Amino acid sequence: MLRPFDSLPRRGRGPLWRDPAARALVFQVLLLIGLASVIGLLVHNTLQNLDARGINTGFDFLDNRAGFSISQTLISYDGNSTYGRTFVIGLLNTLLVSALGIVAATIIGFTVGIARLSPNYLLAKLATVYVELFRNIPLLLQILFWYIAVIRSMPSPRQSLSLGDMVFLNGRGLFVPAPEPQTGFWFSVAALLAGSVAAMLMARHNRQRQSRTGRRLPMGWIIPALVLGLPVMVFLVSGSPLQWDVPALKGFNFSGGLTVLPELLALWIALSIYTAAFIAEIVRSGIQSVPKGQTEAARALSLPPRLTMNQVIIPQAMRVIIPQMTSQYLNLIKNSSLATAIGYPDLVAVFAGTTLNQVGQSVEIMAMTMAVYLVLSLLVSLLMNIYNARTALRER
Amino acid sequence: MGSVQTTSSDIPMIELQRLNKWYGEFHVLRDIDLTVRKGERIVICGPSGSGKSTMIRCINHLEEHQAGDVIVNGITMTRDVKRVEQIRRHVGMVFQHFNLFPHLSVLDNCCLSPVWVKKTPRKKAVDTAMMYLERVKIADQAHKYPGQLSGGQQQRVAIARSLCMHPDVMLFDEPTSALDPEMIKEVLDVMIELAEEGMTMLCVTHEMGFARTVADRVIFMDEGQIIEENDPETFFNHPRSPRTRAFLGQILGH
Ligand SMILES: Nc1ncnc2c1ncn2[C@@H]1O[C@H](COP(=O)(O)OP(=O)(O)O)[C@@H](O)[C@H]1O
Ligand SMILES: [Mg+2]
Repeated sequence: MLRPFDSLPRRGRGPLWRDPAARALVFQVLLLIGLASVIGLLVHNTLQNLDARGINTGFDFLDNRAGFSISQTLISYDGNSTYGRTFVIGLLNTLLVSALGIVAATIIGFTVGIARLSPNYLLAKLATVYVELFRNIPLLLQILFWYIAVIRSMPSPRQSLSLGDMVFLNGRGLFVPAPEPQTGFWFSVAALLAGSVAAMLMARHNRQRQSRTGRRLPMGWIIPALVLGLPVMVFLVSGSPLQWDVPALKGFNFSGGLTVLPELLALWIALSIYTAAFIAEIVRSGIQSVPKGQTEAARALSLPPRLTMNQVIIPQAMRVIIPQMTSQYLNLIKNSSLATAIGYPDLVAVFAGTTLNQVGQSVEIMAMTMAVYLVLSLLVSLLMNIYNARTALRER
Repeated sequence: MGSVQTTSSDIPMIELQRLNKWYGEFHVLRDIDLTVRKGERIVICGPSGSGKSTMIRCINHLEEHQAGDVIVNGITMTRDVKRVEQIRRHVGMVFQHFNLFPHLSVLDNCCLSPVWVKKTPRKKAVDTAMMYLERVKIADQAHKYPGQLSGGQQQRVAIARSLCMHPDVMLFDEPTSALDPEMIKEVLDVMIELAEEGMTMLCVTHEMGFARTVADRVIFMDEGQIIEENDPETFFNHPRSPRTRAFLGQILGH
């Protein structure tokens, strides 16, 4: 077989240093050696300094007793827990606010992005104002604003804003009823699982049925009936084995129920609203990147606007949207470390903050903390790349 | 060149009555009157910017007219979404740049609208699609994506995609002008075959050979007006208007 470049020499004639490929390789090796020496020197130097000041090295400290308190702990924690546990607690808090933020920012971002393209003038203008306002104010300022100016300035517990005497919002946070399952609640959970599986099977059956007959079952009714109706029925029949621990005012504050800390609330709102402004722009430009001819072809085939959006525009816009969404998600995770500013106990505040202050082993602690963000970023990128590869266009 | 047998009847398929349209101050369509009967094949030509595309895009409401009436299959076009979609079901359209959906396979391009809009069982939609893909001689590429096909192949798929909705009339807007010369014939052949089967066709094109072969009438447009309309024989051999003569002179190169 003839290949056009076969006739070209692999390597330029003449001495080795004239060959660009060899030269590039040499430079890369030199760079690598240089980098390794610098890092080695830094580590060696730091270890020597630490040694000279009588500071321990290694990861043994993780088993030592921490003895300080943390305001939000998703798993059990007390004064006898270890520094290793503070790492896990900080990590979980970071994951919690990041996950909440990613979900909210995606929903708000898509809504605002599509609204920006709305033919409704007022809606489009409002969306534009949202984007310009929130992406141009520094995030730290927005976090402080939501925390100090909005949530901490809510009325005192006695004058809480309340929703049906069940949910309360005040300067100390958001108080919601906590579910307390009683014996027999297990049946309702099982019914929920069974209903969900049945709904999935129904959906599959419906797709096959549509392929066969073109008719769709009224899935808008069937799925909620299976997923919600069935467990609710089981729940009622088994004697409503669930009690709610409703928060109640005791003295100066609420007790009972679930408490969402004002710090979490403020950080979540700020991260979501800020990141959503960027996502909205990404969604808008993604939709606009789809050529007008696509909409025209869909219309000419008498596809109604909603189907045109869902079947033609969005799938193509996603190719542009997904890679940029990845970097917004990564930004949100990294930005969540601004939690320190308002005292939300995320990984940086707890582990790279309090724990580091007490233990003093900055090399190990910083390395662990940075490794967490690195791993999280790589994980998110990996997931998004898999999704992206599945939606990629096939060209010749 | 042998011409295609005329099969047109007296039933009007499309009626444009004193159609007027403006882009801002610019008067693109001026008092257009045109009746296309069922089974008729009409070729529209004219200099670039004369309003040919705008006129045929008013027929399926890709453009909105401001005065006059567009009546398709007896239904008068209004802004009402339901009515617009109803009219579009009767009207197929083929674009200069194909406008296939790049994220869907050739087969799915053809099935999308039958399945979602007409609620055709998918299996039946696939059978229909394969039948039309067979007719445009591209059935062997059904599972490829548009990006993997040549321009001529893409345009043939676009024709098949329109036919899958069983339209009563087909609109073509310069279907061959984005194609390399060696691909023009394969698309024209498909269009000629369609004409032979009695499809009502409204075709903007400068392929005069095609016009002579299939057209019942050739229409010449300039500056938003219909300047001249006649059977191909008279149109090409004895053009009345000096503007038509000048245009034909340019395009036929004499
Ligand atoms: N969306 C638009 N806004 C303003 N002017 C337009 C628009 N679309 C087309 N025109 C103008 O209308 C005239 C007719 O366009 P068109 O129907 O595309 O012509 P043709 O298809 O005959 O080349 C041209 O002068 C063009 O510049
Ligand atoms: Mg045109």
